[in-house]
Amino acid sequence: MITRKVRKWEKLPGKNTFCCDGRVMMARQKGVFYLTLFLIIGTCSLFFAFECPYLAVHLSPAIPVFAAVLFLFVMAMLLRTSFSDPGVLPRALPDEATFIEMEIEAANGNVPPGQRAPPRIRNVQINSQIVKLKYCYTCKIFRPPRASHCSICDNCVDRFDHHCPWVGNCVGKRNYRYFYMFTLSLSLLTIYIFTFNIVHVAMRSVVSGFLNTLKDTPGTYPFLCLIFLQKDTPLLVCFFTLWSVVGLTGFHTYLISLNQTTNEDIKGSWSGKNRIQNPYSHKNIIKNCCEVLCGPTYPSVLDRRGLMQEDLVALAALPSTNSDTTPQTTKTTAPLIPNEHTPDEAKSIADSAAEKSSSPKEEQPPSAKLPPLASPETDAETSIAKDKPH
Amino acid sequence: MAETHSLQELQTPPASSKIFIQRDYGSGTICRFHTKLPSELESRVDKQQFEETMQTLNNLYAEAEKLGGRSYLEGCLACLTAYTVFLCLETHYEKVLKKISRYIKDQNEKIYAPRGILFTDPIERGLRVVEVTIFEDRSIGSGR
Repeated sequence: MITRKVRKWEKLPGKNTFCCDGRVMMARQKGVFYLTLFLIIGTCSLFFAFECPYLAVHLSPAIPVFAAVLFLFVMAMLLRTSFSDPGVLPRALPDEATFIEMEIEAANGNVPPGQRAPPRIRNVQINSQIVKLKYCYTCKIFRPPRASHCSICDNCVDRFDHHCPWVGNCVGKRNYRYFYMFTLSLSLLTIYIFTFNIVHVAMRSVVSGFLNTLKDTPGTYPFLCLIFLQKDTPLLVCFFTLWSVVGLTGFHTYLISLNQTTNEDIKGSWSGKNRIQNPYSHKNIIKNCCEVLCGPTYPSVLDRRGLMQEDLVALAALPSTNSDTTPQTTKTTAPLIPNEHTPDEAKSIADSAAEKSSSPKEEQPPSAKLPPLASPETDAETSIAKDKPH
Repeated sequence: MAETHSLQELQTPPASSKIFIQRDYGSGTICRFHTKLPSELESRVDKQQFEETMQTLNNLYAEAEKLGGRSYLEGCLACLTAYTVFLCLETHYEKVLKKISRYIKDQNEKIYAPRGILFTDPIERGLRVVEVTIFEDRSIGSGR
């Protein structure tokens, strides 16, 4: 039997792209992320090129230095958010999936034919509140509390906040603090550049008159001239960015102080009467902030760079013998082959396993069989939490 | 017949079954597993021994996720260096995870392997379950 060693990231299901041999993990659609990079780098370059020489000479050289430090911090946070694992939960291996199915069947009892099986929900009591854990048909696990399935990346993410197209990745437990630091530092950078743009115009106006300044720098004309890539485009970009980024930072500060996620806020999980109160909040703003921002750094549970054996002979045979594939039985063979099938084969195997082991009446929405395709969704849609109920 | 039987034994690995001990979310989202002895293990393992193993694991995970002066200091220092400090240093959580791996290996070697039981480190299952593999004793069951 021919085997070769591969890195585990090559065999991970889900719709992520990996770079640098598994060190970098992002969503598939990266277009908006490149736009973010372009806007930040472009605006800052214009600022450093055209405004800083004047300000450094006439005011203080500390101004461009501080701007440079802030710019580097913003870039570091952006790249950290975009490239890290947001807290993806690995899918259940066949043994575990079968075990859970058996438990569900035992709990549900015999469902008469023609009747729908009850929804797969587990009730858990957390801090004297009843929280419902939903079953994920794609990952074949009961999602931990606060976890959610991102349909764009096709993964369950722990403490799922939202899928952010601007950073090209999900925002979850592991990278939420980097995301927040990114929005916070970007707000500061935007305010800083905006302020010094105005200072620059003001200082020049004092010297050569306001109208002359506008003549020399026509792009500064307040917020009306939008098209030309003039020297003072930073001002325009800054103004619009200011309101959106600062607003977003404010929103996330509010969420952090209440220890809520964007997903929970949008779904209204803890608001409204007859709803349970947030069981995860410490009821203390400082403590909530400390937990979210200064809590322990969770390691990735996806072993992306681990090595595994790939059975080349078995893989070659797989596409033709679709129905013949037997799901992994409880007999343990070499423990090194958790995911030797491609996602498509794994899906068909999971289907045949589901047919074999579980009742045919279980509730399987269409999206369970076919993982949602990555359709080009608009920015407005994707910036809202993506959680299609399974 | 006897030859094929022994040939089978040589080629097939020992039969086993798996049980999965689930997470206990009673105290929130911290990593904690149920400590109750599953019924499948009742004949093999002492209840107190099992509970002690699980409780030690839970304590180790609690230590990793503890919110206190140490984690705050680590968080603030990391933020000041734009989180580049983690390129060189290991986080507290990672250190404790290594400790947990060693503990599980140790427990397997000393207590559970002689009884035909193998604990799998939960990190290999995404910290979702503790997978316990029960090996059936072939030498006893082969007289069929």
